[in-house]
Amino acid sequence: MAESGSPKADVVAERLRAWNPNSVSDVIEFHGETTLLVPRELLLATAKYCCDTLQFNLLSDATSVDRFPVEPRFELNYHLVSIPKKAKIRLRTRVHGSDPVVDSVVPVWPGAGWLEREIFDLMGIRFNGHPDLRRILLPDDWEGHPLRRDYPTEGFRDVPATFLPGFKKQ
Amino acid sequence: MVLNMGPQHPSTHGVLRVALELDGETIVKAVPDLGYLHTGIEKSCEHKTYSQAITLTDRMDYLNPLGNNLVYCLAVEKLLGLEIPKRAQYIRVMMVELQRISSHLVWLGTHAIDMGAMSVFLYCFREREEILKIFERFAGQRMMTSYIRIGGVALEPPAGWREMVKRFLKMMPSRVDDYETLLSENRIWLARLKEVGKIKLEDAIAYSMTGPTLRAAGLAYDNRKVFPYSSYEEFKFDVPTRTDSDCYGRYMVRVAEIRESLKIVEQAMAKITDQGPVRAEAPGIIPPEREKMKTEMEALIYHFKIFTEGFSPPPGDAYVAIESPRGELGCYIVSDGSPKPLRCHFRSPSFINLQALPRIIEGQLLADVIACIGTIDIVLGDVDR
Repeated sequence: MAESGSPKADVVAERLRAWNPNSVSDVIEFHGETTLLVPRELLLATAKYCCDTLQFNLLSDATSVDRFPVEPRFELNYHLVSIPKKAKIRLRTRVHGSDPVVDSVVPVWPGAGWLEREIFDLMGIRFNGHPDLRRILLPDDWEGHPLRRDYPTEGFRDVPATFLPGFKKQ
Repeated sequence: MVLNMGPQHPSTHGVLRVALELDGETIVKAVPDLGYLHTGIEKSCEHKTYSQAITLTDRMDYLNPLGNNLVYCLAVEKLLGLEIPKRAQYIRVMMVELQRISSHLVWLGTHAIDMGAMSVFLYCFREREEILKIFERFAGQRMMTSYIRIGGVALEPPAGWREMVKRFLKMMPSRVDDYETLLSENRIWLARLKEVGKIKLEDAIAYSMTGPTLRAAGLAYDNRKVFPYSSYEEFKFDVPTRTDSDCYGRYMVRVAEIRESLKIVEQAMAKITDQGPVRAEAPGIIPPEREKMKTEMEALIYHFKIFTEGFSPPPGDAYVAIESPRGELGCYIVSDGSPKPLRCHFRSPSFINLQALPRIIEGQLLADVIACIGTIDIVLGDVDR
């Protein structure tokens, strides 16, 4: 498969470290995919550098992973594609469960708007600077964040059949 | 005036709700409201073994179930480091391209009927019926086939499949010509679609749009060509692109894609040999053949283990993106070494393309909203998962 070849990906890590040595704390290679671990404070700046200077202009996907009960619990993965260079890379940042807040990358890629809303809705990670952070898939009055590992698959609430006349809720 | 284009509407192609703020007939603001078809597929995948989750993937983008199966299986195979035999890859390509044709036929039929061209709807569905018959022959199911499994495909192609597919390939090009005769130069079609729903290329890339919407804006970005998967590099086909970036341009791109897919199906059919494996050999991961399972002890043990406990890929993560009829469909799987995925996320093209809907329809007339929603080609199962 014509994936982002390792030489290009290593170049990305080197260039990021040349711009700011703290921007990449770790590089993980797995089956031809490169993941760059970025500290939370530098996420927005690194994303901006990747988009503007390194030409990773397409944000393919933004995902969250919950590794409860391991801390740091949440992991945010941004899959970037560079259309002119035909390269792919992943930026990863780890967030603690006690303080799940990250900077929003909407200023860099407006396409992240709904992706971050979905992460907020289902996983409960807040994004600073997001223009419209509210639930997207679940109703606005839903409590809890279902995709978290400590949320049961069947849900909490029993929906009573209150439309049946004469039904008494136990 | 705020108008509610409610979840129940024949032209929203599913349960999509759009709150429209109008000034006369012009749209001032549009706010889509999603989630009416959210069934928690990603959460359910975490509680099923890797091979059980394939049936869940069928049901996301319900016009492209084979594509969903393929992207999920490719991601799991990447985690496992599994090599798929070429014959299985060619069968996969053929089925996925037939699925693409079927999806574009539904798109064309529903888009045309939204614009008022009611007969095109029945013509497209008549052709799609032939494709569904082919799927039924191959997999036993018309739509939610789950035919593409981890390691290859589920079953050997049935007897007489070549005649069926050849008959379809012979009939289809003239039918596509019929659709073009009815629509492409039609004054009403042009009036309703030309210069409607324009988006600039930089905005399309900024909003992460992919698929025919991006290709109609001028960028020839197709995952099958740029990051080929499942032996697509061996097939000769073009990527139709246009620069007008309006509803008419997207229509032309999709009709041209139907023709390209027909070419790929023909090439795949020639490449598929009559004999050969349909699934990779991987004893602890892929179930053994039923005959072997009934006679050999190790095969029986493997069969039992796979269907009760499942197999455990090494810990790690994998992201695979394929080109679905709607755009880039991606699957991101995180494994923690257990038989069930830790996280299974699907990058759905309809969800991300729909983000640009307010951008496309603000400033347009109310009648153009239907054209714009149809032209992005959304499937609500894909949007909400």
